[in-house]
Amino acid sequence: MTKDTFMLGGREFSSRFILGSGKYSLELIRAAVENAGAQIITLAVRRTNTRKNENILDYIPENVTLLPNTSGARDAKEAVRIARMARELGCGNFVKVEIMKDSKYLLPDNAETVKATEQLAKEGFVVLPYMYPDLYTGRDLMNAGAAAVMPLAAPIGSNKGLATREFIQILIDEIDLPVIVDAGIGRPSQACEAMEMGAAAIMANTAIATAGDVPAMAGAFKNAIEAGRAAYLAGLGRVLERGASASDPLTGFLRD
Amino acid sequence: MSENQFFVDSDRLGETALAKKHRLENDPSSRTDHMKYMPGMEQISSDIRDKVLREMDSYEYGQYTEADVKRALAHETCSVEDFKALLSPAAAPYLEEMAARAKLETSRHFGNTVYLFTPLYIANYCENYCVYCGFNCYNDIKRKKLNMQEIEKEMKVIADSGIEEILMLTGESRSKSDVRYIGEACRLAARYFRNVGLEIYPVNSDEYRYLHMCGADYVTVFQETYDSDKYETLHLLGHKRIYPYRFDAQERAILGGMRGVGFSALLGLADFRKDALASALHVYYLQRKYPHAEYSLSCPRLRPIINNDKINPQDVHEKELCQVLCAYRIFLPYVGITVSSREQKHFRDGIVKIAATKISAGVSTGIGDHESKYEGKEDADAGDEQFEISDGRSFDEMYRDMSEEGLQPVLNDYVYV
Amino acid sequence: MVRINGEEKKVQGMKLTEYLEAEGYRQETIAIECNEEILSKSEYDKKILQDGDVLEIVNFVGGGR
Repeated sequence: MTKDTFMLGGREFSSRFILGSGKYSLELIRAAVENAGAQIITLAVRRTNTRKNENILDYIPENVTLLPNTSGARDAKEAVRIARMARELGCGNFVKVEIMKDSKYLLPDNAETVKATEQLAKEGFVVLPYMYPDLYTGRDLMNAGAAAVMPLAAPIGSNKGLATREFIQILIDEIDLPVIVDAGIGRPSQACEAMEMGAAAIMANTAIATAGDVPAMAGAFKNAIEAGRAAYLAGLGRVLERGASASDPLTGFLRD
Repeated sequence: MSENQFFVDSDRLGETALAKKHRLENDPSSRTDHMKYMPGMEQISSDIRDKVLREMDSYEYGQYTEADVKRALAHETCSVEDFKALLSPAAAPYLEEMAARAKLETSRHFGNTVYLFTPLYIANYCENYCVYCGFNCYNDIKRKKLNMQEIEKEMKVIADSGIEEILMLTGESRSKSDVRYIGEACRLAARYFRNVGLEIYPVNSDEYRYLHMCGADYVTVFQETYDSDKYETLHLLGHKRIYPYRFDAQERAILGGMRGVGFSALLGLADFRKDALASALHVYYLQRKYPHAEYSLSCPRLRPIINNDKINPQDVHEKELCQVLCAYRIFLPYVGITVSSREQKHFRDGIVKIAATKISAGVSTGIGDHESKYEGKEDADAGDEQFEISDGRSFDEMYRDMSEEGLQPVLNDYVYV
Repeated sequence: MVRINGEEKKVQGMKLTEYLEAEGYRQETIAIECNEEILSKSEYDKKILQDGDVLEIVNFVGGGR
């Protein structure tokens, strides 16, 4: 069997699990990354606190691609500034654009996200925009030069699973980019389902960070994502009979 | 089954003309490069053709199994791979199941409706030598081009019957039926009909823009066959010979502002499964690139023409045609599907209940003979027909028949913008 | 006054490198934006802090959702 990989910004990845590094202690990161088999980890950019001189990069295994996000940005301009600072930190040109104007629901602002994506793609970034799953925005992001799209499954941190299932499926069917399901995935079974639908990868953080055993949950997600991917590749079989069979055959009129 | 014999000589052709015709038919080196654009032909940069041909070339339909077909039918969304399985010979035993699924998709997207329209041929002059076509430049037929008064007379007859959508057709002669002539006809048509479609020779995007401005809203171009090598042996002369220019016609029409575009292969010319695959993928990839446009597919089979009554659709029998139409519907549930009057009444009545959404009525493929056909007045001056039709029902008959079949006939569903 | 990470500081006239050393920053782990423009690391040594400058000094932290 050929190796099942996907491409982002000219780089090939075999792991389809993008791990978030927020909300848990630095000591657990290495174990989480290892158990997750993750090749991409997200980071945030923050003002440096000189009193606590810890550097998260010291805890991340080498060969893991860093995906800084623009969390904290409220519009395209701020997102672009944060992305530039992230690149200046010297860990590659990947960036996950996330722009939220609403602090209650933390839903992404699609219009600003398109603007930021366009600008950053022009500046040579590999842009992965976090988005509300909307077909038109998906197309705009593709035309703006995004390397993938990252639709949310449910509100951030809600662990509600694939609340936007139908709309994510439309993106998977219509957008010629990897679709990475992000936010709201609370359980391995939900990650598995998204992969069965044809998602290219899953991004998860809260579900792992808030588990009783962080590294063990990272491993559980890894297995679920691989299972879902394998099922997708195998081609799902007949699940339910669709349509009742007509009593009169529909094709009875055919002659020659 | 023997292959179609297309070449027919006319006594009325002069010696030089006959010699040229024979040379074109028998000596490939006497023919021009069919992949090379002629002067004046617009070239757009597009990746659609590469995408379609790559899939078509690698399509080995013999490799699909019944399991692939069953799996395709179980999927909620029909992938390109699923579609290939549904077009394959392995799907033949599942025709009834495909029809059930197709019917479900049709009713989901179109409800219980069927659109009625009438084609109007305004000229049959043609500069192409397409060996299977009744209008080809070497075929000895009565030629005619309607003037504006004649066109208006025809339109009145058709509009009086109740039709609101018209499809205007010409033979492919830029010199006899130039863009301005067609534009004038569009302006007239816009006065009598709510929806004006064109099936004319392919033109450049600025010309499509002009025709849109004149009132046309929909452009249909048949590629006939997507097999480039076969195409070369069938289109021996004229601008239609240029395969890529024809292929990109729909995209130029969209760039020119047309609301919708129609596609088709003429089944029976080449490997029909590959042609059906390519036709649908042509729509599929263009839809992804231009999601705002409307798309429709037709599915004509070869028919006898004047001076050659032996032409037949080869291995595309009604069952195969039905399979192709069901596969189209399952793969492209949102696309309009037109069934030609080349098919007989029983087939058209059956297929509109499964997959087709649009059907022509009151059809004449001749020139200027609607009055005689509609009102029984003879017109000795009419031009000859492109092909023999198989379903001659008038608009009234069709409207009644469709209603009796439990369908809702629709005459028009949109506004020109 | 110079505004650094949101705090007003009386460090105008000082070399940026001197300030960073005095505050204990690890230069290899930070990025600096001055008046909304990125300062490359090679510029730290040349940059004299001016009255009215706005600096953001950032590093990576854990993040995701």
